[in-house]
Amino acid sequence: MATQRYTKEHEWVRVDGDTATVGITDYAQEQLGDIVYVDLPDQGAALEKGAEAAVVESVKAANEVYAPMSGEVTEANPALADDPAKVNGDAEGEGWFFRLKVSDPGEADDLMDGDAYKEYLAGLD
Amino acid sequence: MAKDRRPLSELEQSTDFVRRHIGPGEADIAAMLGVLGMKTLDELVEKAVPPAILAQPAYAEEGRDEARVLADARALAARNTVFKSMIGMGYYDCLTPPVILRNVFENPGWYTAYTPYQPEISQGRLEALLAFQTMVTDLTGMEIANASLLDEASAAAEAMAMCRRISKSGSNAFFVSRDCHPQTMDVVRTRAEPLGIEIVEGNHETDLDPAAVFGVLLQYPATGGEVVDLAATVEAAHQAGALVAVAADLLALALLTPPGEWGADIVVGNSQRFGVPLGFGGPHAAFFATRDEHKRQMPGRIVGVSVDKRGRPALRLALQTREQHIRRDKATSNICTAQVLLAVMAGLYAVYHGQPRIRAIAERVHRVATILADGLRRLDVTVANATWFDTLTVEVGDAAAVHGRAREAGVNLREVDGSTIGISLDETTTRADVENLWRIFAGADEAGFSVDDLDAEAASPVPDGLRRTTEFLTHPVFRRYHSETEMLRYLRRLQEKDVALDRSMIPLGSCTMKLNATTEMLPVTWPEFAALHPFAPLDQAAGYMRLIRGLEDMLCRITGFAAVSLQPNAGSQGEFAGLLAIRRYHRSQGSTDRHVCLIPSSAHGTNPASAILAGLEVVVVACDEGGNIDIADLVAKAEAHSDTLAALMVTYPSTHGVFEEAIVEICEIVHRHGGQVYFDGANLNAMVGVARPGEFGADVAHLNLHKTFSIPHGGGGPGIGPIGVARHLAPFLPTHRNLPGAEDGIGAVAGAPWGSAGVLAISWAYIALMGGDGLKRATEIAILNANYIAKRLAPHYPVLYTGPGGLVAHECIIDLRALEKSAGVTVDDVAKRLMDYGFHAPTMSWPVAGTLMIEPTESESRQELDRFCEAMIAIRREIGQIEDGEFGREDNPLVNAPHTLDDLIAEEWTRPYGRGVAAFPVKSLRDEKYWPPVNRIDQVYGDRNLVCACPPLDAYEEAAE
Ligand SMILES: Cc1ncc(COP(=O)(O)O)c(C=O)c1O
Repeated sequence: MATQRYTKEHEWVRVDGDTATVGITDYAQEQLGDIVYVDLPDQGAALEKGAEAAVVESVKAANEVYAPMSGEVTEANPALADDPAKVNGDAEGEGWFFRLKVSDPGEADDLMDGDAYKEYLAGLD
Repeated sequence: MAKDRRPLSELEQSTDFVRRHIGPGEADIAAMLGVLGMKTLDELVEKAVPPAILAQPAYAEEGRDEARVLADARALAARNTVFKSMIGMGYYDCLTPPVILRNVFENPGWYTAYTPYQPEISQGRLEALLAFQTMVTDLTGMEIANASLLDEASAAAEAMAMCRRISKSGSNAFFVSRDCHPQTMDVVRTRAEPLGIEIVEGNHETDLDPAAVFGVLLQYPATGGEVVDLAATVEAAHQAGALVAVAADLLALALLTPPGEWGADIVVGNSQRFGVPLGFGGPHAAFFATRDEHKRQMPGRIVGVSVDKRGRPALRLALQTREQHIRRDKATSNICTAQVLLAVMAGLYAVYHGQPRIRAIAERVHRVATILADGLRRLDVTVANATWFDTLTVEVGDAAAVHGRAREAGVNLREVDGSTIGISLDETTTRADVENLWRIFAGADEAGFSVDDLDAEAASPVPDGLRRTTEFLTHPVFRRYHSETEMLRYLRRLQEKDVALDRSMIPLGSCTMKLNATTEMLPVTWPEFAALHPFAPLDQAAGYMRLIRGLEDMLCRITGFAAVSLQPNAGSQGEFAGLLAIRRYHRSQGSTDRHVCLIPSSAHGTNPASAILAGLEVVVVACDEGGNIDIADLVAKAEAHSDTLAALMVTYPSTHGVFEEAIVEICEIVHRHGGQVYFDGANLNAMVGVARPGEFGADVAHLNLHKTFSIPHGGGGPGIGPIGVARHLAPFLPTHRNLPGAEDGIGAVAGAPWGSAGVLAISWAYIALMGGDGLKRATEIAILNANYIAKRLAPHYPVLYTGPGGLVAHECIIDLRALEKSAGVTVDDVAKRLMDYGFHAPTMSWPVAGTLMIEPTESESRQELDRFCEAMIAIRREIGQIEDGEFGREDNPLVNAPHTLDDLIAEEWTRPYGRGVAAFPVKSLRDEKYWPPVNRIDQVYGDRNLVCACPPLDAYEEAAE
């Protein structure tokens, strides 16, 4: 069973075995507005949890995306190069950023689950 | 005689210019003071400016009238001697097409415009810049070019930094070929040192180990003139994972295989010889081109094509997330003000000449160089290079003797060494010049042969493989305007599309869009100032030397600093230079570990970006609710970094437009912890004649002569960002290889010793015209005008920050954030709606998102201030109509703004307001209406579908259908 977790920086991560798929949350894409570019990590890059992994850009802002878990990048979403709007359209589905082979699936336990994230968002407004 | 007979001295109107420079007249000033509840300007200044920093003016010269200052400028000009310049090294004499000289360079419709951040009212210069970018990509054979950098040398340094970002090489070394211009190498060195980059200099054919470097800089043709095949070097570098930047000559590229065709990753250079005067070093537009895959790593502004609401092609600045105003310490560069006016001129030179004439110019220059070489050989003079485009390196027994004969003939040649001379020819070289050169080298009255004798035999030495075979400037824009009549009208059409100061006030906060008086501008194009090569012998530049010393002295006295360097070409470059001076100072004191730079969160983006370039670590200091530096946070951070504190960068009055009362204390805190105070002087217009930063705690400051001291913005450059320093920092000012002394200096930050010397006369004339009293008066009125606007708008929009006595400094921020909730209106909407009223918007969303920062300057009359305030108030009423539900949030005069003629003439009109409201919301517009040429531009489309060269014409035709 895949579990989806969230960070305070508005990344989501879906862990399936030792594979984690990472993206930004729907809330984040809405805050950013129309996304024009996503800078994704290279395949094979080793990321520490919390390290800068990607950059997502609107016309007027650029935001860093951090690795929610440690691991090695196995794939970056090839569809985003031509169509970054996918992140606006389907942030937590087709708009995923990259996949990791995680070094410690247990790291996900430190992250928020869906309910906790919802609560966290409610506290932001 | 009548009783009211006035003495001659009064009739002579010595303060005449001050009255012309300052907008409001005496009666208006009194009335405006009345609105503020005050009696005198003194009272205003005493209330607005903290007493701790008030100082008596130290610059107390009397202002001189315009005729007198022009006469004085003429006298200075007369001290310069214009020789025929054949020095080369990236600077060449050229012929500015008079139609461009008069209608662009000398035309306030072009030179008083601002950076095109409001694209709908900047389509004219954006189109000219797009032509520049297209011309650069065509000639270099690259895929994308930016809209200019400050000079060739700093562009080469930017190329180095970009190679470092892109290259996967683990090396920290950058190879610079000995074929590069020496001043380029110097600037690259200055910029490499703080970044920890090691420069390896040598012969690229024999000394380059590509595996040991991350990048390589080559020059094409070489500084000595040689045209060699660099493809193998590029190939070897790529094999080893290094990138290659090439500094190239645009005119040569009309004949030579462009670097893009042999694999270069970046191509930079100076576009000056495309019709821009030498100006003793600048201003000139450097170009920067690269491959599409690297576009997001480029420095500088890029013009891109997008569409407007009607789907028509429309231009705007693209990919801004690379830049300092968004990315701050992570920006690709610290550059802000660039060289727009000069890039526009170079682009238009290409438009006017087109491919056939550019090619003919290049071929002619090349032919005369070949004829010169053949003749020199006949005279048994050794020409060292086997190939050339326009430059020869010549071996002589006694170079001094040849230079002596050359000077007698009014010619400057390049001094390479005691037995080597460089000769660079250009568009202005005549047959007589070539024959003259023969006589000079032969040391004889006659060479014994003529240009015609040699022409038939003259064979280009450029090997076939290096001859350009590809077309360039094929776009119709480079074919249509080759008659002067067509060109004249094209320039007029472009100019008509833009809002510049010749139309209405440009109330941009932090930009000081004051009058650029015609008298100040006139000397710029006088040949005695315009035609000097930056490396001309100084005895030919005696007028310039006086002007420079005079201006340095004026600026020292105005700011309270001990010394000034005029070298930096913009504020950003001044910041870099000033921070480097601080770094060098700390080292001289034995502290090698001071590397922390405190920067308030409200700082301009160039501050953190420059700190990174200067090798410093940025630590952000918080601001409090009043917009002031949070003293507790400053103390905490200064203490935490007490051992490593290098500097604080502070803007004063603050970027929030307020005279922070604690400024003296702030400086003391930093000094107590061993740091230096870097003072961002962008807001100096609120202080000239009233307070001196050099006396209340600043150690170094940059000034923006293109703000405070009347140099026009040129649509986004030129600028000059001199730095002033306290005595202990004076030894560390920028230096230049052509200037003696100053061994401790930080090195060169620009290619030319005095940066953009060609426009220094503007600031010199401004200060001379105003005099001490006039300058002080300007400051007072700048503060008065800002407070008047704040007062008038306060009932309609909240004024975000005020200082002592509820007053602002020379600018004010109005807060629009509440309107987003109440009416769905954003700052963008208000900015675009202002266009319908004929105004350029104030600074948008900086330093606070969702606000407008208004800086009227002293030059705007009360009438214009009222016109602006009335527009703002009328817009607020329209917002009220949205709040009241009269207009929908999705369909109202704001979201639909700007309104174009196409909107108005549309058969069908379904909007909830009339056509009159759309385009003529106030009556005065019936007399004077500016029509935005495009509807609101889709920023997202442009960044998702990036096009940065002239689009095919059918793009326009399709849209029209
Ligand atoms: C506060 C401040 N600092 C620095 C700069 C940078 O100056 P420049 O554009 O000349 O590089 C600006 C320019 O707008 C500014 O407003």
